[in-house]
Amino acid sequence: MTDDELIWRIAGGSGDGIASTSQNFAKALMRSGLHVFTHRHYPSRIRGGHTYTEIRASADPVESRGDGYNFLLTLGDSFARNPSEGAYYGDEEQKPLYENLDELREGGVIVVDEGLVDTSVVEDFDERVEENNWHVYEFDLRSLAREYGREVMRNTAGVGVTCALAGIDREWIVELMTDAMPEKILEPNLEILDEAYEMAMDVEHTHDVSVPEGEHDEEQVLLSGSDAIAYGALDEGCRFIAGYPMTPWTEVFTIMSQNLPEVGGISEQVEDEIAAAALALGASHAGVKAMSGSSGGGFALMSEPLGLAEMTETPVVLVEAMRAGPSTGLPTKPEQGDLEHVLYTSQGDSNRVVFAPSTVSEAYTQTRTAFSLAYEYQIPAIVIYDQKLGGELVNVPASHFDEEPNPDLGSVLTEAELAEAPHDASGKYNRFQHNVEKGISPRSIPGQKDGHFLATGNEHMPAGHISEDPENRVFQMDRRMSRVENIRADLDAAEGSNQTPHGPEEAEYGILTWGSNQGTVFEAIDRLNDDGYSVKALSVSDMMPYPVDEVEAFIESVDEVLVVEMNASAQFRGLTQKELGRYGEQLSSLLKYNGNPFEPAEIVDGFVTTIVENDTLPGTETKFVPAAGD
Amino acid sequence: MSAFSAIGEETEHDQNEFTPGLEPQPTWCPGCGDFGVLKALKGAAAELGLSPDEMLLCTGIGCSGKLNSYFESYGFHTIHGRSLPIARAAKLANPGLTVVAAGGDGDGYGIGGNHFMHSARENHDMTYIVFNNEIFGLTKGQTSPTSPMGHKSKTQPHGSAKQPIRPLSLSLTSGASYIARTAAVNPNQAKEIIVEAIEHDGFSHVDFLTQCPTWNKDARQYVPYIDIQDSDDYDFDTNDRREAADMMAETEDALHEGTVLTGRYYVDGDRPSYGQEKRAIGEMPEEPLAERYFDDDYEWERSYDLFLEKHR
Repeated sequence: MTDDELIWRIAGGSGDGIASTSQNFAKALMRSGLHVFTHRHYPSRIRGGHTYTEIRASADPVESRGDGYNFLLTLGDSFARNPSEGAYYGDEEQKPLYENLDELREGGVIVVDEGLVDTSVVEDFDERVEENNWHVYEFDLRSLAREYGREVMRNTAGVGVTCALAGIDREWIVELMTDAMPEKILEPNLEILDEAYEMAMDVEHTHDVSVPEGEHDEEQVLLSGSDAIAYGALDEGCRFIAGYPMTPWTEVFTIMSQNLPEVGGISEQVEDEIAAAALALGASHAGVKAMSGSSGGGFALMSEPLGLAEMTETPVVLVEAMRAGPSTGLPTKPEQGDLEHVLYTSQGDSNRVVFAPSTVSEAYTQTRTAFSLAYEYQIPAIVIYDQKLGGELVNVPASHFDEEPNPDLGSVLTEAELAEAPHDASGKYNRFQHNVEKGISPRSIPGQKDGHFLATGNEHMPAGHISEDPENRVFQMDRRMSRVENIRADLDAAEGSNQTPHGPEEAEYGILTWGSNQGTVFEAIDRLNDDGYSVKALSVSDMMPYPVDEVEAFIESVDEVLVVEMNASAQFRGLTQKELGRYGEQLSSLLKYNGNPFEPAEIVDGFVTTIVENDTLPGTETKFVPAAGD
Repeated sequence: MSAFSAIGEETEHDQNEFTPGLEPQPTWCPGCGDFGVLKALKGAAAELGLSPDEMLLCTGIGCSGKLNSYFESYGFHTIHGRSLPIARAAKLANPGLTVVAAGGDGDGYGIGGNHFMHSARENHDMTYIVFNNEIFGLTKGQTSPTSPMGHKSKTQPHGSAKQPIRPLSLSLTSGASYIARTAAVNPNQAKEIIVEAIEHDGFSHVDFLTQCPTWNKDARQYVPYIDIQDSDDYDFDTNDRREAADMMAETEDALHEGTVLTGRYYVDGDRPSYGQEKRAIGEMPEEPLAERYFDDDYEWERSYDLFLEKHR
């Protein structure tokens, strides 16, 4: 953590271009040499409704949204106006101002678009400004935008004002706009940028917030978790995707659909999620690396084809983008409530690989690993992540993606090998042989000579014929189940681990976490150690097969462990206890499930209050669940 | 050269090649119409000169789902109602395959109804055979979507209050480009229709009347049947949607009055299949995608070269 940072929050209405503006702004800051991390908050509405994006920029690497922010650009919600008093949406156009004041840091800057936002509607506004030493600048950005272009360009005006007030070189923005905008709209935008900049330079600056200076030692790219998953899939040779839109999975689906035709791949938007997963199975069965995915409710529909993939040993990768549930829950808000759903859904004993990447760069590498394991072991692999990781834009070294493609189909025989391979008396290839290395019985692909066999969701004999023979049943079950253990052995033998430790090697306490909380937890760990506590963290990514040895060693090395996750029922803690078979007395939980991701301070405070001081947490933002027996 | 040597090879094949050895023997009940589908499909595959290695037969769940246990080819016995999405993706992945999907009336018109509608709409180049016996067989005789109104069963003890599905009309409305009805009791016509359906480039729907002597004793055994193409009483143009629609409506009404009409109803030979449409707009490669994975010389693209420029 650094004190020298700018956390810029742009707030407005959905449909006002908040996301695209902030994306460009983040990229400009990255190009200037800074590390950036963005956090998106948006309602389940298309036009209107309060939305904001936060960009944290620092000379040092940043892995979380940080605590609060120090620069608010409030644009007003141009779509929310409802003239009738007492209407459902009330005075929502003012929300971008009054909803965002609680987290604004002391000494922070507020830029108000007085064309739409009226500070007098906020109760005690002046008192709060004085109390918190805020610095308020009011400009009519709306009129400025209208004068030189269109109302929606007031984003640009806001960026111009920000540059002036935070000491950001305008040229970075100009360069980006020139790259990104067609000439027709570029010109008015540049005029607006300049006018706004000059306007803000002309007023007296009373604040002490500015953008830091930084330099990267290698070239960076700005990517979201969704981008990274899509690129990981493409680099691993995935050329088929089928899906049905659902927030937030749609992002991966969209990126794949836009890029697959360019590389000769196929994308299919189909009638429902059952079909989507079934299409992925069909393409994979026919010899193509394929994927599908969804979010909670859509993934529920996929449980049927998922089980079929397990039983027929058809490789497939599914991605599950979590949002808050149950049912349709909070459609645009993050939660980690689908872990158990993904681990155990579908009938019978589950038999799959589940990875939960923690960062944008892991989203890329673990998607690749998911594909290579799925195709080698002929098993479905699931990449589970939440809306936060999917949507956050972070700078990553470009070299991280400078990797060779891997289109290898895995355990598939050639026609020459098939001619020599064992066949059933019926004429079929013995596709599901009993005693094979690592439990992998090699596949044949429809169209290959001497390879025809029956894939069936019923229990089956080696050539695929349906059978209820008890002995065969046990052989087949044991072989299928053994693949998960063999995958664990492969992962353990591989260079590096999917689990990421942080903090001092010797520590009194531990924090165990998973998924997108990683960066936030690590930042909290640094602060705790700076404050004199002795804490370390382990962020776990392998959900199935579970990294039993690594987690056990971590728990054994500390006195007490706090498990941090974004759900109400402590699902990851439950998984850990199940897999390790003990430690119920050593694991307590810090949970958050109000629709917003953790901030580092919440983890710092939560840890100190509950673990160190044995006290109860104030408020309802986070919740503590004590260890068994406490 | 194709990576799949079975595809397009011109060796002669006879019907016996599609029959497994001694095991497994069909477990359908004596007199079941499903035997007729199996026989017709074997005859059609042999007549078309297909090899067992270049066909993919996808089935659903139920008595009909056992079809590919008794038919030698690549097979995917899927889940109830889901044979179509699996089959159509396999065809997109490798257009060189001959893809046939099959299911029962519960499977195809009930639980899989949505997939039926959309597969027909998209006009995938494949054949879909629906075993229509107007009953759930394997779950022991419940009312199905094609059971007539008033049909009594353990789950509809007062007699069904629902109109039956009209499969031919539904298929036409949904967009299938080849639609026919045949019957197990009419083996020659059945084989000919399946040959035509497989040869047709687009979604071919064959509503196959299969009697169920065990659970649907009351139902007609579909005899005597009338072949509409052989009869002078029915004269219509199978290329004309409106005439086909009228004929379908007449057929569907007549079945419930005891008259069994079979034959070809609609053939649209001009409409490009979904794969062709997708290739034409650049959403699908010209060469079969699956072959690329067997081509050692193919240069695989990397995201680093293709997409990262826009993220810098």
